Amino acid sequence: MNRIFTFLILGTIAVFASGAIGGEIQKQALNVSAIVMFLLFVGGTLGITYWAAKRTKSAKDFYTAGGGITGFQNGMAIAGDYMSAASFLGISGLVYAKGYDGLIYSIGFLVGWPIILFMIAEPLRNLGKYTFADVASYRLRQTPIRILAASGSIATVILYLIAQMVGSGKLIQLLFGLQYEVAVILVGVLMVLYVTFGGMLATTWVQIIKAFLLLSGATFMAVAVMAHYDFSFGALFSHATELKGIEIMSPGGLVSDPISAISLAVALMFGTAGLPHILMRFFTVSDAREARKSVFYATGFIGYFYILTFIIGFGAIVMVLGKPEYLDMAKQAIEGGTPILGGNNMAAIHLSHAVGGDFFLGFISAVAFATILAVVSGLTLAGASAISHDLYASVLKKGNVDSIKEMKVSKIATIALGIIAIVMGIMFEKQNIAFVVGLAFAIAASANFPILFLSMYWRKLTTRGAVIGGSLGLATAILLVILGPIVWVQILGNAEAIFPYKYPALFSVTVAFIGIWFFSITDSSHDAQKEIEAFEAQYIRSQTGIGAEGASEH
Amino acid sequence: MNKELVEKIKNNPDYKALVSRRSSFAIKLSVAMLVVYFTFILTIAFNPSALGTPLSADSVTTIGIPIGIAVIIFAFVLTGIYTKRANSEFDDLNNKIKDALKEQ
Repeated sequence: MNRIFTFLILGTIAVFASGAIGGEIQKQALNVSAIVMFLLFVGGTLGITYWAAKRTKSAKDFYTAGGGITGFQNGMAIAGDYMSAASFLGISGLVYAKGYDGLIYSIGFLVGWPIILFMIAEPLRNLGKYTFADVASYRLRQTPIRILAASGSIATVILYLIAQMVGSGKLIQLLFGLQYEVAVILVGVLMVLYVTFGGMLATTWVQIIKAFLLLSGATFMAVAVMAHYDFSFGALFSHATELKGIEIMSPGGLVSDPISAISLAVALMFGTAGLPHILMRFFTVSDAREARKSVFYATGFIGYFYILTFIIGFGAIVMVLGKPEYLDMAKQAIEGGTPILGGNNMAAIHLSHAVGGDFFLGFISAVAFATILAVVSGLTLAGASAISHDLYASVLKKGNVDSIKEMKVSKIATIALGIIAIVMGIMFEKQNIAFVVGLAFAIAASANFPILFLSMYWRKLTTRGAVIGGSLGLATAILLVILGPIVWVQILGNAEAIFPYKYPALFSVTVAFIGIWFFSITDSSHDAQKEIEAFEAQYIRSQTGIGAEGASEH
Repeated sequence: MNKELVEKIKNNPDYKALVSRRSSFAIKLSVAMLVVYFTFILTIAFNPSALGTPLSADSVTTIGIPIGIAVIIFAFVLTGIYTKRANSEFDDLNNKIKDALKEQ
């Protein structure tokens, strides 16, 4: 069973952090066409930031792009948030290495979306203004709920940022031949520029452009691969199995016991529905109808993207594997086999060279970099809004703060998060960050999601229940990750894990729900009574949108 | 939203229809997604070789491939089914509720 878990987590690292880019990284020679295309992207997006800055006048503009993004645009932006560089390179790398298991993994990431549409998207849009804490605290006491929700958001954002920064530093080092520190600082500075000046409007458009470029590039690669086989999957698969063995066509070791299968499913589904940078996107559209369309388009783009990565992974097996130009000879001398330069996560990058030469390699490299920038910008904006809107404006100032002042605090928070991301990125360069994203998802699923979901649907939820249950979920998630196999065994060097599973979500989410339920129903205070009475009005607004935040005037 | 308005909307038959139809539709679709996904993932957990069956005797393609792709397409189709009905029927009901408030 341990093998399964090792594999599961390797997959996670691969997918999220690009951490599996192997061992000591050798800097590559400067890649000129990649750098030219990257500069074009940066130039263009800075232009957008300048345009967006002129339109970002109030806190509402800053947090939600004025609320005027269409469902299609938002669907593209949500898909962009989800299609990080790590998921592009990680999933295609997983398919390249393990075949079918890569598909199993990507399906896990997709199936949360329909549930988000049916349960979360519309009430979230109808009740909230800028952050999901607006919804959670709608009829509960502001201060404790906001502090808890903001802690969950900030923790998720910072953990995710660490993973992205470390992954991006290594990736850029490899692709562009830049030094690790230079790469991390460059990413940090650009993301602060986009967010502080352009707010959500710039962040959204950067994300949309990147999603378009990534989908176009991936489509081109998949079509090029299929054209090679006269668009016959049978021919592609049979060639791939000749090179790599028949086992790549069947489930391998990714999931083989029910507990870890369910726990992984819970983490991916509920975690996705608790990610603050994803939830925040629902406030950028004008109403529940557009929010609903956003998820429809996003699910389509993400599903299409995963089918492409599957083809790309197989394409890399037939066009990259064993080719001398992509072989890592130094590694082969030590370990044998046919390792590719930079590790399995570089499979898609090498394939881009195989199908489109230096020019297309440059394009895909530039898109990978753009992807990192767009994703960290969205994360930073979500973190900054938790600080400025939830902690500063709602908790510290009790809501008595003007929009300009609030926006100023967001910008300061953005700069602070940028500095934290750069410092952490450099600090964690040589650390084992395998647990980081697993922990972020566990926190999102165990603290953010249960409070959000029950506040929308469960009449008897009280502040006491939400705060105690949510904190218990948060604490359980953190504790089980520490006692689990990665931190306890791999990092702290103990012989055996106290908690045997790498994904704690099944347990920590259960703790959160039971805790919230128990401490709500036993709450007989006067305040609790008023909170229960306020449910009806909240429910009507969540269902009909009567009284919901509209788009701004311009 | 004051108490009077809450009572008015709560007793509006269109509101009742909206809430009950949408909830039951959303729950059915969620259950459909969960059943499909958990059948898929638990089949892999309990009986991984099931999805490794070749499509035909001379083919290397396993039934796991079309099934996996079908799960992805199924997820997308579900969002489409929900969106279509919500955009027409649910939004119409919702507009009627809002119009009824304006008239009074």
